[in-house]
Amino acid sequence: MNLAAREYVDKTVKQLIRITGLIVILILTGIFLMLLYNTFAFFRHIKPLDFITGTQWNPSGKIARYGILPLLVSTCLVTLGAMAIAIPLGIGTAAYISEYAGKRQKNILKPAIEMLAAIPSVAIGFLGIVFVGPFIAGATGLPNGLNALNGAILLSVMALPTIITVAEDALRGVPHTYKEASYGVGATKWETLLKVTIPAAAPGIIAAVMLGVGRAIGETMTVLMATGNAQAFPQGFLQSVRTITATIAIETGEVPYQTTHYFALFAIASVLFLITLLVNVIGEHFVNKFRKYHSA
Amino acid sequence: MVDEQIILSAQQVNLWFGSKQILKNIDISFAKNSVTALIGPSGCGKSTLLRSFNRMHDLSPDARVEGQFLLDKQNLYAKDMSVTQLRRRVGMVFQKANPFPKSIYENINYGLKINGVPKSERDAIIEGALKESYIWDEVKDELNKPATRLSGGQQQRLCIARTVALRPEVILMDEPCSALDPLSTLKIEELIIKLKKDYTIIIVTHNMQQAQRVADKTVFMYMGEIIESGNTHDIFNNPNKELTNNYVKGKFG
Ligand SMILES: Nc1ncnc2c1ncn2[C@@H]1O[C@H](COP(=O)(O)OP(=O)(O)O)[C@@H](O)[C@H]1O
Ligand SMILES: [Mg+2]
Repeated sequence: MNLAAREYVDKTVKQLIRITGLIVILILTGIFLMLLYNTFAFFRHIKPLDFITGTQWNPSGKIARYGILPLLVSTCLVTLGAMAIAIPLGIGTAAYISEYAGKRQKNILKPAIEMLAAIPSVAIGFLGIVFVGPFIAGATGLPNGLNALNGAILLSVMALPTIITVAEDALRGVPHTYKEASYGVGATKWETLLKVTIPAAAPGIIAAVMLGVGRAIGETMTVLMATGNAQAFPQGFLQSVRTITATIAIETGEVPYQTTHYFALFAIASVLFLITLLVNVIGEHFVNKFRKYHSA
Repeated sequence: MVDEQIILSAQQVNLWFGSKQILKNIDISFAKNSVTALIGPSGCGKSTLLRSFNRMHDLSPDARVEGQFLLDKQNLYAKDMSVTQLRRRVGMVFQKANPFPKSIYENINYGLKINGVPKSERDAIIEGALKESYIWDEVKDELNKPATRLSGGQQQRLCIARTVALRPEVILMDEPCSALDPLSTLKIEELIIKLKKDYTIIIVTHNMQQAQRVADKTVFMYMGEIIESGNTHDIFNNPNKELTNNYVKGKFG
């Protein structure tokens, strides 16, 4: 090819790549604006304060109620429950793989964990119905086990691979010299792990937890199948709950176009978006805080 | 010196990594309050020997150590010897300064806490260790600053402070100045000579001048064996072996 042709190709490719970048940004802003527009439309019908403080979600009742609190509490309950299980289990497993496991155990554990991530959420939801549910029912004496606890257990399983993989990367990335310094002053393996390795890996571990939280908050199919979807205000882990995601999934199918109810679903989607954003901002904040101690 | 007291010794030491023998028939002893330099070409096993004195090889599953190590008549590798206790008594300063990613204060506090020093005594010990390591004046106003913000030389002196805070009997130093500029190197050397009063120091170095400036005794190693050891002056000016002579004259390395 002559020079002119090569320069022509170079310029064209540059433009093409720029276009792909632009498309992504366009899609993002498009979704964001659509959410925003419909949310504002919703607030022309319902007062924001009623939306935020309302304790009932019942769009199809005689008097329609659009209180987000029961959905929000449900989402928080399931997510926090999932994290309470997945964070210690995930960090523990990651620490075991990176610090204690021998070569053979690593070679079994790592692919096994990756396979866990490959299980589709429907299959996990199914396990929740036929396995976790009856187990909870049997253990508590409830008529069925479709409740927040069930959802939390399933979501923790789904969040585990992410948490383990990212946290293990972070732990393995801690310079060997830190550990040697710790052993050098007489620390045990456990003391070194707890007071040197984990703190040094903290940015990565927090990122792992945040990714796990993000996964749990946004997950729909599993909670839809396993949590019972009752509309009542959630009272605890053994109650059936209905998360924001499940509500959107259940109600979009039957809602008439451009009604208050229709706009309401966008409003709760916006709230979900805000929460995810907040999770990321908090995560980023901690990442920076710990990074301060690393690079000089 | 006839009345010198041996604090640390190793006899008939052999060491393997997997099937590869790294140390062969090492016999060596260190007198209390002396500085000994370990010299020899890269890869001859200096670090490996040094790290056998605080059982750092316990961490590598494929390392196998054979021989007798005595610290003050106690067998280092005995079943009832606590390795954490041993590492407090035999401190280590590494080749690349490796402060913890914590504050200056925490860097020293960590070892004290681990070793059960009461909280009420720690501030004084930390100040003392920083003074002893000639870094106090430079950091006294910013003890909460991340240690990683210090210069390389300051970091290495902090690592020495971290070690001396535990009042070890022996301090192992693995090329502590190899990453430092000449001025920081001189400061560390001065420090080593002063620390000799209270500690026994074993230092690995590639720097012939440094060995001559700081060490009372010098040990020359080659391919996992000790070729010659003796007073530093003799090793450098009047060695018994041709190999030693060639090395200290810079004919190979
Ligand atoms: N953990 C280890 N596993 C296997 N071989 C090692 C290990 N550490 C050091 N060695 C080998 O042991 C030999 C001596 O290394 P070292 O003691 O670091 O030499 P020096 O400090 O004198 O430069 C080298 O050949 C090195 O490759
Ligand atoms: Mg070395």
